Amino acid sequence: MLSPVFVTRLRALVPAHCLLIEREDLVPFESDGLSAYRNTPDVVVLPETEDQVAAILGLCHAEGVAVVARGAGTGLAAGALPVDGAVLLVLAKLNRIKRIDPLARTAVVEPGVRNLAISEAAAQHGLYYAPDPSSQIACSIGGNVAENSGGVHCLKYGLTVHNVMALRAFTVDGQLLEIGGEAPDAAGYDLLALMTGSEGMLAVVTEVTVKLLPRPERAQVVLAAFDDVAKAGAAVGNIIAAGVIPAGLEMMDRLAIEAAEAFVHAGYPMVEALLLCEIDGVNEEVSDDIATVHAVLQASGATEIRTAEDEAQRLRFWAGRKAAFPAVGRLSPDYYCMDGTIPRKQLPHVLTRIAEMSAECGLRVANVFHAGDGNLHPLILFDANVPGELEKAEDFGGRILELCVEVGGTITGEHGVGVEKIRQMCSQFASPELARFHEVKAAFDPGRLLNPGKAVPELHRCAEWGRMHIHAGQMKHPELPRF
Amino acid sequence: MPGTFIDRIRAAHADRRTLVIRGHGSKAFYGNPVTGEPLDTTPLTGVIGYQPQELVLTARAGTPLAEIEAQLAEHGQMLPFEPPRFGGAGTLGGAVAAGLSGPRRAYAGAARDFVLGVRLIDGTGQTLRFGGQVIKNVAGYDVSRLMAGALGTLGLLTEISLKVLPRPAAETSLQFECTEAEAIRRMNVWAGQPLPLSATSWHAGLLAVRLSGAASAVHAAQAKLGGEPLHDADGFWQRLRNQTTPFFDKRPLWRLAVNPTTAPLALGDAQWIEAGGGVRWLASAASPAAVRDAARRHGGHAALFRGDALADGNFAPLAPALAALHHKLKQRFDPHGVFNRGRLYPEF
Repeated sequence: MLSPVFVTRLRALVPAHCLLIEREDLVPFESDGLSAYRNTPDVVVLPETEDQVAAILGLCHAEGVAVVARGAGTGLAAGALPVDGAVLLVLAKLNRIKRIDPLARTAVVEPGVRNLAISEAAAQHGLYYAPDPSSQIACSIGGNVAENSGGVHCLKYGLTVHNVMALRAFTVDGQLLEIGGEAPDAAGYDLLALMTGSEGMLAVVTEVTVKLLPRPERAQVVLAAFDDVAKAGAAVGNIIAAGVIPAGLEMMDRLAIEAAEAFVHAGYPMVEALLLCEIDGVNEEVSDDIATVHAVLQASGATEIRTAEDEAQRLRFWAGRKAAFPAVGRLSPDYYCMDGTIPRKQLPHVLTRIAEMSAECGLRVANVFHAGDGNLHPLILFDANVPGELEKAEDFGGRILELCVEVGGTITGEHGVGVEKIRQMCSQFASPELARFHEVKAAFDPGRLLNPGKAVPELHRCAEWGRMHIHAGQMKHPELPRF
Repeated sequence: MPGTFIDRIRAAHADRRTLVIRGHGSKAFYGNPVTGEPLDTTPLTGVIGYQPQELVLTARAGTPLAEIEAQLAEHGQMLPFEPPRFGGAGTLGGAVAAGLSGPRRAYAGAARDFVLGVRLIDGTGQTLRFGGQVIKNVAGYDVSRLMAGALGTLGLLTEISLKVLPRPAAETSLQFECTEAEAIRRMNVWAGQPLPLSATSWHAGLLAVRLSGAASAVHAAQAKLGGEPLHDADGFWQRLRNQTTPFFDKRPLWRLAVNPTTAPLALGDAQWIEAGGGVRWLASAASPAAVRDAARRHGGHAALFRGDALADGNFAPLAPALAALHHKLKQRFDPHGVFNRGRLYPEF
């Protein structure tokens, strides 16, 4: 618990309506988008200015109080889970778009600005912000920087790290860092890369300068059906080998297709695998690439190929994919979304292994896949009200992530580690790398006050979890918060 | 092979000796002068993994860029950031450590944008592996990208994985006669439109533009932009990439990175503009303070690229808060200052 003296000092730094201490006000902040992990914060502070952020950090630093920064709370890895005895620093009120420079194609925004709001504001100039996480209507750019968020269009347009030019951020001792700039190739070490995806562990971002791109002249999507997921996987590689970089290249397996179709009636064929391949760019190029993709899909054994003839049809093709998560949610009281990345050639093997594990543990799994960049989102279906099912789902999810590492991939492609995947960090990285991560953090935050306990596991915990893993299925995980 | 490197680095760490990492030495001029025993990376050679369909290539750091690019070309692919090959030489490790990119930089991305993972040996002789061989990976801090542009001061890169891309099906280059101010304006206006731009350049009244993509897209853009075909276009962009035109023989040669919309810099000397206006090469004897100040006023920074070293460093000094972080990171990766001491900043 935070001391009343500390809370009084905190109260002096912000207007009264910016500090929440009553339980009913705090409960909405108990989790981020991964509601399996909950912890009511001791106090929530919502600063309205950068100066207030600096002052809050300065106070916390002086008093040795930890700080968990949070944006819109849409994260899927419990990265913004409140920590006992810490201040929850919510940056949602820092939501001004400071300026847009259409000629230089940049936008300078505060961290609480929603991802989609940037593109909306830039639209009048024919520009947009490319990274589009599925939560883009709600998620904030500060959170995108913290998680290095991706989206459907990463293969062609990159992740957040490729689309951010500069940051203003404060270290926990209240020092202002101005990282990157309006010019290319910032001098010195690439601290912009280090900050992006650092899950609020290094510094607190108060301003983000993003790159804007010209809106493509045209986008068109092709839908292809396959009677075998391996064939669909091979088709993805064949499209890329043909020299085409699609704007989006998505795959769904049978259960995901069925769920989506039942939910939004997109008109999908009921098959083993569907590919959606979107091409964007200059008008003529789109026509050429669509023809190439069509030929490649045919040669790759697609049983049916449909090309969207107009914008309405394009949106209908996408509707099923975009609704896949809630659609799967209708099949089961709960689902657990995983986020591993694999080399694409491993797809048939990984899907086979996931199906085997699914049969072993008796939990169904629907697979949705950013196929172009190898980012797999298996959705594990379970019922939290059935004793033991959550534990089974977590264990299954953990094994999927370890499988991703085993085949040369990673435990998280775009959601971040947070609390959720902290154990699997032990399978992805050896002790020297984990120790180095702690040292990198120490360079910014020697007192370990920013988002403590997230993203990078303590080495001794890996040893404990390693033992636990041997006894998987027999031991509980008592240190984890529960539903 | 890394074993001998580890032993040498451990010994240097123990004795507090300095090592100078060197591949082909094609960028030895870049950064501040360094002294120490050379650590030759050229034995660390070979492409370890390349599957064109995965768009990922992994190679040992001493592998010649020429070899890598030839192998990519066989499969219709390329290093999208077009790393310069000064004097025709250069290794993969040098390209990443220097973080320099060629004409495609403003449109495809910089060296750091394509780094997916590295193996390195730090200044204590510890081997470390960061990132991986997949395009999307957010596990742990992005230490592999931190190595891009660090000029070897944080560790000896031994293996690097990069994202690669298909070569465009067609390329056409156009030229326009226009003033510097007009060239800067056009570069920025065009970049805000859906055009298949892949390089821009202005020097001595000549604006050059390269268009890359599907043949139909390139032709459509050509019709829209007008201009004249650029003579010997491939040669032109290669000479710019590798700095083999006489302009780049001038000394001192500065590289100014600025907001790309910055109006012509009135520094009184010849300039070569690339990267959509974001990079201004300047051959000038103006005082370092004046050059640095001009870059800073326009949102950027100036580096003395070639010429006699400056006492306070060839890269503009960092703001104190950032300088302190640089020191701390260096301390964590190379506590005894074994690697390339002073090359990035004289203080470490």
